[in-house]
Amino acid sequence: MYLVCLHEVFFNFWIDKGVTNQVLENYFPILLFIVIGLVLGVSMIVIGFGLGKIMGHARPYKAKQSPYECGFEAFENARIKFDVRYYLVAILFIIFDLEIAFLFPWAVVLDEIGMAGFWAMMIFLAVLVVGFIYEWRKGALEWE
Amino acid sequence: MISKAEILILMPEIFILTLACLILIVDTFSQDPLRRVTYYLSQLTLVLTAVLVIGFSPEQTVYAFGNSFISDGMSVVLKTGVFVISFFAFLYSHEYLKEHGWLKGEYFVLGLFAILGMMILISAYSLLTVYLGLELLSLSLYAMIAMHRESTTASEAAMKFFVLGAIASGMLLYGMSMIYGVTGSLELGTIATNIESNGDNPLLVFGLVFIMVGIAFKLGAVPFHMWIPDVYQGSPTCVTLFIASAPKLAAFAMAMRLLVDGLQPLLNDWQGMLIILSILSMATGNIIAISQTNIKRMLAYSTIAHVGFLLLGLLSGTPSGYAGSMFYIITYALMSMGAFGMIILLGRKGFEADELAHFKGLSERSPWFAFIMLILMFSMAGVPPFLGFWGKWFVLKEVVDAGFVWLAATAVFFSIIGAYYYIRVIKFMYFDKADSMTAIKASKQMRFALSVNGLALLILGLMPGALLAICVSVLSIAA
Repeated sequence: MYLVCLHEVFFNFWIDKGVTNQVLENYFPILLFIVIGLVLGVSMIVIGFGLGKIMGHARPYKAKQSPYECGFEAFENARIKFDVRYYLVAILFIIFDLEIAFLFPWAVVLDEIGMAGFWAMMIFLAVLVVGFIYEWRKGALEWE
Repeated sequence: MISKAEILILMPEIFILTLACLILIVDTFSQDPLRRVTYYLSQLTLVLTAVLVIGFSPEQTVYAFGNSFISDGMSVVLKTGVFVISFFAFLYSHEYLKEHGWLKGEYFVLGLFAILGMMILISAYSLLTVYLGLELLSLSLYAMIAMHRESTTASEAAMKFFVLGAIASGMLLYGMSMIYGVTGSLELGTIATNIESNGDNPLLVFGLVFIMVGIAFKLGAVPFHMWIPDVYQGSPTCVTLFIASAPKLAAFAMAMRLLVDGLQPLLNDWQGMLIILSILSMATGNIIAISQTNIKRMLAYSTIAHVGFLLLGLLSGTPSGYAGSMFYIITYALMSMGAFGMIILLGRKGFEADELAHFKGLSERSPWFAFIMLILMFSMAGVPPFLGFWGKWFVLKEVVDAGFVWLAATAVFFSIIGAYYYIRVIKFMYFDKADSMTAIKASKQMRFALSVNGLALLILGLMPGALLAICVSVLSIAA
């Protein structure tokens, strides 16, 4: 109730009533979302730093203060050699990540799509399993 | 709901997919350096799928999966062609890979997936299925080219093919989105009726131009031919052989489905575009091929010239013209397979016989294979009584019947220019001295297959009626 009052006040104050008003009204939740997000974000940082200053001990050293970047130096030449296995892991990850992305919506509507939907996913999984066996046998999953 | 009848229509595709997956797993357990199990299983798969395609061939045209898949006379004939050609291509490839020492089971598995892509492309009846088949085919081919990792030229070829192929696919998709936007349907039959009833919208021609770019790229018609010479020369010869043969049948089917099944009402628009593509291809291909010293590159330019001829039949816009084109592309695939097979035959470990000079004095080294190469070259040049002559003859006849006498004359003119570089190979073989008299080392299967390949051009050339009758009958039903 309070929110509705707030947004009426807000729009009456800003612009004339009309078609534009209605269009803008639809965007009100988004504005509200941004405002809440900003307030929440800023307050958390401020409170966090404030509490830290009051209650914590500050013992900075070099490694602690450097930005963390997955095991590499943060600032250096971009053209360095690094292990191709990073790519391999990333690629293999994406395949199974996508599998999950497909499985979620499928699981939600499983009772509506019937046997055809069930078996379609089973075939998809079977093809993925073939790929999985292949990468396992080829030793792509071994780090050494 | 998917019915049992629909599953039966797709039986060959389902079968080849299952077997390809199975072979992939079997291959990982195989310790054999010659990969015999993988190779023989792949060949068996091809034979069985061919049997399934012919066995399940429908009495009349049938559709499956919401009209996105079609099975008709044309699809049965082209698929059978793909299987026959791939069978020979696998045989030559196995020989090549064995000799050059980087035999990998994945080559045949990727080949089977590429063939599945071709089958889908040939049977596609919706814009989405066309794209799906095309991408499955192209992705397998990129990987096959890049497979020989030590070779820098192969990596370069794969990279070029991949980047240009991605752009062409993008163009094709953009054109498809335009056509979909105007007609509101992805299904080719509905698109044709919608265009027929709703008249012309400038957006249709706009979309058609982009679709044409995609088709021209896949066929390799000038000015979208840039990838062909580099990819043909850079790829390992066995991959070049595969790319240059069976996928051409699929590319022809793609042009047929999109232009004839889907955009037939726009005939007047695409006819003009095809005339330009055709003349440019014949001119560029035939003239630039003359200055090549590398035979793979020469054959690449000859491909471009042949594509120009193929387009002649398509642009005549009649069922008999399409039949002429279909006859031409089957002929071409047979010839190109044989020619690259010869390069494989003459090569050995650490040596590729890809220079024209390597063919010098072949008649002294091996009179029989010099004769086979003579058949192949005369057939490509279009000398009677070889099969290539009939391909050219039928296509030219249709162009003249369609009223483009000047175009037929231009085609003959460029064909005469082209005859020079084919006959030059024959001159090298019969009238020049060989640089080295190394004996030709090849297995019995390879010798036998290549002989069959060459003699088929002679025998079919003496009796072209049956093949042409098949082409005419399947296309007259379709149209």
